[in-house]
Amino acid sequence: MADETPPEEEAVDDEAPPVRARGLVKRYKEVLAVDRIDLNVRTGDVYGFLGPNGAGKTTTLRMALGLIMPTEGTVELFGRDPIRVGARALQGVSGFVEAPRFYPYLSARTNLELLAALDGAGAKTRIAEVLEIVELSPRAEHRLGGFSHGMRQRLGIAAALLRRPRLLILDEPATGLDPAGMRDMRALIRRLAEEGITVLLSSHQLPEVQELCDRVAIVDRGRVVYEGALSDLRRQGGAGYRLRSTDDARALELLRTQPGIDHATHGEHGLTFQAQESDVGALSLTLGQANVGILALTPELATLEDLFFRLTET
Amino acid sequence: MSPSTLTVWCWELRKLVSQKRTYLGLGLAAILPLIFVIVQNLHQHGGGRDENIFASHITQSGLATPVLMLLFMAAFMLPLIAALVAGDIVAAEDGNGTLKTILTRSVDRGQVFAAKALAAMTYGAIAVFLSAAVATIAGIASWGFNDVITFSGSIVSAPEGLLLVFAANACYLIPLLTVVTIGVLLSTATRNSAASVVGTVGFVILLYIVAQIPGIEGIKPYLLTEQFQSWQGLLRTPTDWAPIAHSAWVCALYGIPALCAGYLVFLRRDVAGG
Repeated sequence: MADETPPEEEAVDDEAPPVRARGLVKRYKEVLAVDRIDLNVRTGDVYGFLGPNGAGKTTTLRMALGLIMPTEGTVELFGRDPIRVGARALQGVSGFVEAPRFYPYLSARTNLELLAALDGAGAKTRIAEVLEIVELSPRAEHRLGGFSHGMRQRLGIAAALLRRPRLLILDEPATGLDPAGMRDMRALIRRLAEEGITVLLSSHQLPEVQELCDRVAIVDRGRVVYEGALSDLRRQGGAGYRLRSTDDARALELLRTQPGIDHATHGEHGLTFQAQESDVGALSLTLGQANVGILALTPELATLEDLFFRLTET
Repeated sequence: MSPSTLTVWCWELRKLVSQKRTYLGLGLAAILPLIFVIVQNLHQHGGGRDENIFASHITQSGLATPVLMLLFMAAFMLPLIAALVAGDIVAAEDGNGTLKTILTRSVDRGQVFAAKALAAMTYGAIAVFLSAAVATIAGIASWGFNDVITFSGSIVSAPEGLLLVFAANACYLIPLLTVVTIGVLLSTATRNSAASVVGTVGFVILLYIVAQIPGIEGIKPYLLTEQFQSWQGLLRTPTDWAPIAHSAWVCALYGIPALCAGYLVFLRRDVAGG
């Protein structure tokens, strides 16, 4: 190809946070897709970005990458606004929103060569390495037309890694992958995070977020309903208990009328509820008096799934 | 340091080269002169009623063939071929979702737009010169590399005739590249390949219809379609530069706003597809 310019070496502001959004709004005529979102992704975070479908996650990520213009507010990547400074704001940043897209009539390697050319010459030397990381080297010369969804997702990661990112923005990277593919994707993200890459991970896979992320933002109907450490969120969720009894239906009735017992539900593995320890003692007496035998009563922290639904289904 | 626009342009060409549909237009540009020469060879002895000076001298010199082909293809066929790629070049990437892929690399939107517009223009120019080259080679192979007549009736030597053929095709690029800018604008604004290609061709047809409306002859010299034959000034003795100069500024009136509008739309638009 034409000229071979040196790789990007312009300094990135080390002090500025990887992602800082303030009052981000996106309106499509009457539809308010994003409603004053603030985000703070810190260096080294594996930051989960959660929300139901249509909550505004992808729109927010597109604004972060400069693909769509905010109606109001700003988003900065390492202190630079992609809307104001263009491609320079994406220095040290890579990733994909929704499914990664490539040219189906080109091979995997040629697709990466194209993207490397658009990144600068340094990226070209990393093609073999990133193909190896995502285990696509044997298929490098094959056209993308014949690639499975999982292979395209992995190529999306490879394309992101070409830029030696300090911030990786991934939108549903495990969507459409089989269980083994999901496991491999998680392992890859964990490895990248261990190498010091800050990861902003938008996901529907709550176990994935719980496993990988240390901080989260939960969005619902365009607004952030929680932002902070995942551990704090789980702590705020209160102490939870799981109960298995000889008569779950009767036990559920008693749970719902017992003072100090909240959020009693019947799940796949018995009953769950929240309560203070002192109230649990009173509950066990009540169950005994009602001839409901306790098979198991175990304390457990609220899962991210519990908290997610509690925050988004109100 | 960001990659240069030249790098982006090279990759735009590489993408065009890798797509089968690119060859549809180029195939048309190459095959029509061949069909013309074959048909002329088959009917060599039935002529004599041709209105055009080159048509009546078709068998005198192979260099008359590219001139006749340009006369024939300039009005519609070459604009159609150029529109096939110009209308597709942004919209197809929008539809496939690859626009977001390239816009999240180290190149600015302005560079991507410039590279795409240049690639579409390059394609248009290749189609024109491919058609001219095939017509010239086939014409010379059939009727020889002989002196050729001009529109004024004077005779020019074969080498000079060849140079004039090249210059005429280069001159024709002015209105053709203007069609390309309109195609690129529609491709950027509509985000739909079919609508952009049809829209570009439709615009050309519309101008031909406007040219036929009685009572508005005054605007006829300013219609883009009227510029498609301005190259003929080169094939007169002495060379008539007036239609070429007129064509240049009229085309600028169409092309520059189209290009600027396309650029601004591309710069500010949301890339929400894919």
